[in-house]
Amino acid sequence: MAPRIGVVLFPGTNCEHDAVHAVERLGGDAELVWHGATSLGAYDGLILPGGFAHGDYLRPGAIARFSPVMEAVAGYAAAGGPVVGICNGFQVLTEAGLLPGALQKNRGLRFLCTTVTIRVESGRTSLTDGVEVGTELSIPINHFEGNYTCDADTLAELRGEDRVVLRYVDNPNGSVDDIAGVCNAGRNVVGLMPHPERAVDALLGSLDGTVLLGALLRSAGATTPAT
Amino acid sequence: MAPSQQFSVQVEVLLRDGIADPQGATIERALPALGLTGVTGVRAGKSFRFDIAAADEADALAQATVVADRLLANPVIEESVVTVRPA
Repeated sequence: MAPRIGVVLFPGTNCEHDAVHAVERLGGDAELVWHGATSLGAYDGLILPGGFAHGDYLRPGAIARFSPVMEAVAGYAAAGGPVVGICNGFQVLTEAGLLPGALQKNRGLRFLCTTVTIRVESGRTSLTDGVEVGTELSIPINHFEGNYTCDADTLAELRGEDRVVLRYVDNPNGSVDDIAGVCNAGRNVVGLMPHPERAVDALLGSLDGTVLLGALLRSAGATTPAT
Repeated sequence: MAPSQQFSVQVEVLLRDGIADPQGATIERALPALGLTGVTGVRAGKSFRFDIAAADEADALAQATVVADRLLANPVIEESVVTVRPA
């Protein structure tokens, strides 16, 4: 049976249909989940897509973290379910404390909308399972607050535990240690600023997003979280 | 104890020392255009004001600190200063 992915929709999210389209294109089932939902047991994996949840007021993700669905997301993550936060979804996961660090304004205060090359640094996460370390991918970015920041102890922990999942080959935003994506200690929750769901069609310039989202679907097919 | 008094709260949120502040740096770089070359250490932050009904000033401060720590500031990158006074 095709893995069923829940795509969490906050007021102000705007990449949800891209995420649904990408999952379906890769042979999965996808369903939008409103942020008021309190049960996520029906899904084999979750995507928190990009956009401007709750208008990005205060800080990106700061209000979304209090949406009812986030308690269910935390429970789902604790049970080992694959959770991927893309762009604004990454910001939401850091604000919720499900991933370490924070995303602050880009170095140079420039909104970035371009395609970058990222390198897979760990092949042992729900978004990179089975992907060879060192694989370079061409993926779009589209953000103002993508400058990954964390304290020195956290950075040492991330490096020591092989939890830097993706790095920029040419750092566009000032992120510490060129970090484009990280995972939690359980390796099932991954956040990244680049948008793999926008790179699933050659017509749009790159198919490289299928490498990551394909891995997510494999991870989703292999786990059944008990929530 | 029932809340009996109104307090005015001000919360100032600034990036922690050591966290890059691109807004502050950009503002600082603009100042020479005003003919001001001696301004340094510009930091950009946010200021919030609200009222709280509380039993006393210590209670108001405790409540305001929860607001600041749990919502207004992200402790990973920011720190907050809470000031409370009778309304």
